[in-house]
Amino acid sequence: MKGTLRLTRLALRRDRVQLPIWLVAAMMLLYAGAAAVKDEFPTEADAATALKGAVTSPAVLLMRGIPVGVTQGALVNFRNYASLLVLVALMSTFLVVRHTRQNEETGRSELIGSAAVGRHASLGAALTHAVIANVLMGLLSTLALLGAGLPAAGSLAWGAASLLTGLSFAGIAAVGAQVFSTARAANGFAAAAIGVAYFVRGVGDALGEVGPDGIKVTSNWLAWVSPLGWGEQVRPYGDERWWVLVIPLLFFVACAAGAYALVNRRDLGAGLVPARLGPPAAARSLLSPTGLAWRLHRGTVIGWLIGGVLFGYGIGTLGTTVNDAFEENKGVADLMGQLAGGASGGLVQVFYAAMMAIFGVLAAGFAVQVLLRLRSEETAGTAEAVLATATGRIRWVASHLTIAVGGAALLLAASGLAMGLGDASTGGQTSIGTLVGAALVQLPAALAVAGFVVLAFGWLPRISVALAWAGLVVSIVFGMLGDLFGLPQAARDISPFSHVPAVPVADAAALPLVALGAVAVGLAFGGLALFRRRDLTS
Amino acid sequence: MSDALTHAIHVEGLVKSFGRTRALDGLDLAVRTGEVHGFLGPNGAGKTTTIRVLLGLLRSDGGTAQLLGGDPWAQATELHKRLAYVPGDVTLWPNLSGGEVIDLLGDLRGGLNKQRRDELLTAFDLDPRKKARTYSKGNRQKVALVAALASDVELLILDEPTSGLDPLMEEVFREVVRAEVQRGGRTVLLSSHILSEVEALCDRLTIIRDGRAVETGTLAELRHLTRTTIRAELAGPVDGLAGLAGVHDLRSQDGQVSFAVDNTSLEQALRLLAEAGVRGLVSQPPTLEELFLRHYNRPAAAAGVTR
Repeated sequence: MKGTLRLTRLALRRDRVQLPIWLVAAMMLLYAGAAAVKDEFPTEADAATALKGAVTSPAVLLMRGIPVGVTQGALVNFRNYASLLVLVALMSTFLVVRHTRQNEETGRSELIGSAAVGRHASLGAALTHAVIANVLMGLLSTLALLGAGLPAAGSLAWGAASLLTGLSFAGIAAVGAQVFSTARAANGFAAAAIGVAYFVRGVGDALGEVGPDGIKVTSNWLAWVSPLGWGEQVRPYGDERWWVLVIPLLFFVACAAGAYALVNRRDLGAGLVPARLGPPAAARSLLSPTGLAWRLHRGTVIGWLIGGVLFGYGIGTLGTTVNDAFEENKGVADLMGQLAGGASGGLVQVFYAAMMAIFGVLAAGFAVQVLLRLRSEETAGTAEAVLATATGRIRWVASHLTIAVGGAALLLAASGLAMGLGDASTGGQTSIGTLVGAALVQLPAALAVAGFVVLAFGWLPRISVALAWAGLVVSIVFGMLGDLFGLPQAARDISPFSHVPAVPVADAAALPLVALGAVAVGLAFGGLALFRRRDLTS
Repeated sequence: MSDALTHAIHVEGLVKSFGRTRALDGLDLAVRTGEVHGFLGPNGAGKTTTIRVLLGLLRSDGGTAQLLGGDPWAQATELHKRLAYVPGDVTLWPNLSGGEVIDLLGDLRGGLNKQRRDELLTAFDLDPRKKARTYSKGNRQKVALVAALASDVELLILDEPTSGLDPLMEEVFREVVRAEVQRGGRTVLLSSHILSEVEALCDRLTIIRDGRAVETGTLAELRHLTRTTIRAELAGPVDGLAGLAGVHDLRSQDGQVSFAVDNTSLEQALRLLAEAGVRGLVSQPPTLEELFLRHYNRPAAAAGVTR
């Protein structure tokens, strides 16, 4: 344990820019979300009408969580709580992996490990850092909510739940960082854990029972299996259940103990999953820049495809349920309409259009992940090895772009197809072709985000990773959730997703799609031109 | 035109700054076609920066650079077909096997001699089936070396290629490079700290410091610039040695003298000794090490002047 304190200080120093950005962004979102509720639902009666509709739809419960009341605080909870917990979880997992496995992978740990620090110091420092970051996040959340004029007890419960939810995921990431031998795999594992936790929590809520007032919902036991569910079950602003906080606390302690034990069982740099021998010579298919790019991204592409297909199929099977539930409820239909960019039409169509926007974001997220490989290859030095051969810079970027564009298109088409199959399996009427088409309509917007990543890489390589993710988050928050957070139209228009026609409700208007495509191409060309002129930097 | 034929690399007055740091400050470097050229300098002297400019990975801020008769920045892609590069700090894709990386890099350069590849794998005792993440630094370096040496190219640019190899493998490396050059048609730029390696392999060398070339020439020429250390047992007293220009650290006791002498004054000094009558004499030839240390230890401002 020796040296933990100093390593913690080092970790905090390395994150002195990144951490405040996470904290301030979360605080601003919370404050804006709380203010938006006040504008949209001036009386509790308005809120009650909307919520009574919402709870009849399993899809809404799955995405949003359960309502806990009709007060302003309860509405903020219903609209923003689940997504903020995800944000906190992401912050915590990235943070822990960055300061454990990533250090080890880059060899920094070796340097530190040879100094007078204990074997567990690195893990201890990462977890201490996670505790500090999450305490700050919880504290600032509470202050933001109090600042928006919400009751003290609920605000405090929110902050505490945020703290402990963050720690649960820090614990999961700590274990993942011991088991997997690369930061990429450990981050992937942690992100998958967040996804599964969200889904399990969602299913638990969707299967919940509506109470006698027609608003409050008691979740099914499944929600209690998920770390995100624990945070939710604290129910800030709705008869807070403080004792639930004990569960994530114990879970964190157990994960941390597990990770400590695992450190003793492996060598520095190794994981618990041993590496196998590879082929002695390269297959023909590897021998080109694109062949190499495919090899590097193969796992990512397949992982996203499986996720997209499962999620798409799941959404497809909900279509008819939504139809039945929405028939009487204008309020929910409006809510879905907001998500789908203000569309109105057949209820199932509105539902699908809203879901397509989510797939658009997924495709953009996939493209961001693939394209950021350019930067990590550059900093690692493998880009130098390739660019010192007869491979030109444009050809090298193009090889990764090919995977990003092709993969995003494939991901959308496969998700649309799976959604159509899901719809058909429950007796829905929407054709598979329509849904595949509706999914592909999202492609230009996803590519606009991809173009932005290429521009960031060509122009400002040193901060391109932060810029790329910030671009994606801004696109999501300003585009899809702009309404829920009460942002002005001019701000929402920044996001490419604000301009996507809400197919299948609306027609696939050519103009916005062509314009988005042109923006994507323009950004990418700008990025390529700048990359050709600049030095390679580490 | 004639310059392009006689020189594989010709750099004049090269300047490269990173922010306020001036990494290259008017560097000159001329590598003749067919030679092995040693490129020496302490850490941070600008060796790697020079190589990265030559590879078109960095853009120079001033001066001229010619590589195989072309512009290393504008014609990077075409020129790279004719050269192979081994970086000082080799990083590989962790999930590819060594064999895959060798074939990939070779193919991206425009082809690989399969038979040479297998010979080199045996010579360097490298298992090509292992995943790159399991290789040590030395083994990663072997992967890059095999990929470079098995490529049929005119120019090899090797940046401290043996810094992770054990002494046995260093010897293998020397043999392989010697054989390469003897076969003809190859030019090698070898950046290194290891003096014995440079002495063993290089025809000419350039020493750089703080982004400038401070010495360049053949080993013999550079030795000429250094001092020989002499110890002699004399029959009688020696006159005029103390007054001779180029004699340093003179000590005499009981008929024994020892001193260091600049090679320009060597002949005169020996004549004086002979006149006094020599009973025994030990002379130590200048080592490259001395030359090297002289340049490394000297303050930067004086480096260019005190030749």
